[in-house]
Order: sequence, then C-alpha cells, then structure tokens
Amino acid sequence: MSPRAALWLETFGFQEVYDYVAGKADWLAHNRPAEGTRATSNTIGSLARQDVATCRLGESTAEVGQRVETSPYGFGLVLDDAQVVLGRVRKSALHGLAGSIDEVLEPGPSTVRPDLSIETAADRMREHNLTALIVSDPEGRLLGMVRRKDVEDALR
Amino acid sequence: MAQRIDLPRLDELLRAGAQLVEVLPPEEYEEQHLPGALSIPLKEFRREAVSVLEATRPVVVYCWGSL
Repeated sequence: MSPRAALWLETFGFQEVYDYVAGKADWLAHNRPAEGTRATSNTIGSLARQDVATCRLGESTAEVGQRVETSPYGFGLVLDDAQVVLGRVRKSALHGLAGSIDEVLEPGPSTVRPDLSIETAADRMREHNLTALIVSDPEGRLLGMVRRKDVEDALR
Repeated sequence: MAQRIDLPRLDELLRAGAQLVEVLPPEEYEEQHLPGALSIPLKEFRREAVSVLEATRPVVVYCWGSL
C-alpha cells in the first residue's frame, strides 16, 4: 500500500519521498510510542522492566554469578555490543564453576515483541508455566523483562 | 522512485523535519498511529488530499508493513 502512495506523491511533483516499508508493525515492535485510541497501553511493552542481569561473552562465572544473585530472575542474559540477546546463563549453572560463562551459556532463549497483547502474554505464560518473558525488538535487541505478576495485575 | 527506508533512517528524517503520512484506512489511523503522522488513506490519494503536505519537504509514507 505504501509503495503506491509513494508513487502517487512523486506523480504529484513531490521531490523527496520515502517509504518506511516495515511500517507501523515495525515501529510498535520496537516499543516506540503511538498515538490514538488504542495507543500501546494494552501491550507488554508498557510493562517491561530493566532489571535483568546482563553480561558479555567471555566474562567470568564469578563476576556474572554475583550479578545474577542479586537479580530478581534466576538467570542472566548474554548480550553483544548492540544489546542483541545471544543467550542465557542460569544461576544454578554458575554455582561453583570457575571459568568463562561461555561454557554454560544456553544460546537463543525465546523472546517476545513489545507489541504482544497483555492477554496473549498471560495465556502463554500460564500455558508454559513461565514467570517472566524476555522482550526484544525485531533485531533481537533486549528491551526488557516482563514479570508474570505484572501481567496478571494488569488484567485485573 | 521512492527510497525504501528502515527505522534508523526514519528517525533521522523525522529529526530533520520530514512529514509523516499514514496511508491506511482512517479507522486504523484512529486506533493507533505514529506520533505526529497525518492520515491520508490510499483510497483518497488525489491532488487535493495531499495539498496539506509541502511538496518541497521530505515526505515519509507508511502502512502496516510486515515483520
């Protein structure tokens, strides 16, 4: 639809026309704000917290273990320089292990987009008995964590 | 032909003052649209409808898209 609109604008003499082809779906999936009657208040992006422990490849299990210990989740997330979620390290796997977190990294944890509805998220968490969801943008960059309690509270 | 752009490029253009146009039906625009976007549904794309835009400034159009 937008390519045809762009073509029309050029036909009408507009000199500099761009087509944001990924459109509104992409914008919302990056947890960007929206305007309108529905806006973004019923999506999990509005519940995302920035409280998960994170680390980089090659960090020591001792350092990361301390960080994960004080985190509200039972794991830490391994990110690259662009904040892309590479993997997860579980608290239990870090105990008593000397070395690099690379040895206990679980690659490719499941993530969800911020424009997922709170209702759908609640269903998914109940069905799979999840206590939290990792929220990322379409490029896999970490946007935050959503807790099951926050999801259930939002539905009350 | 219009340039296809991604989100980082859209950010740059908006910072530079580009005009943003949603071309979806008005009901969809009413529900949810990008901040500051104007609504000009594709079905209404005529010279009069787009006269609210400045032809000499950059214009970015978008619809729902797909992921």
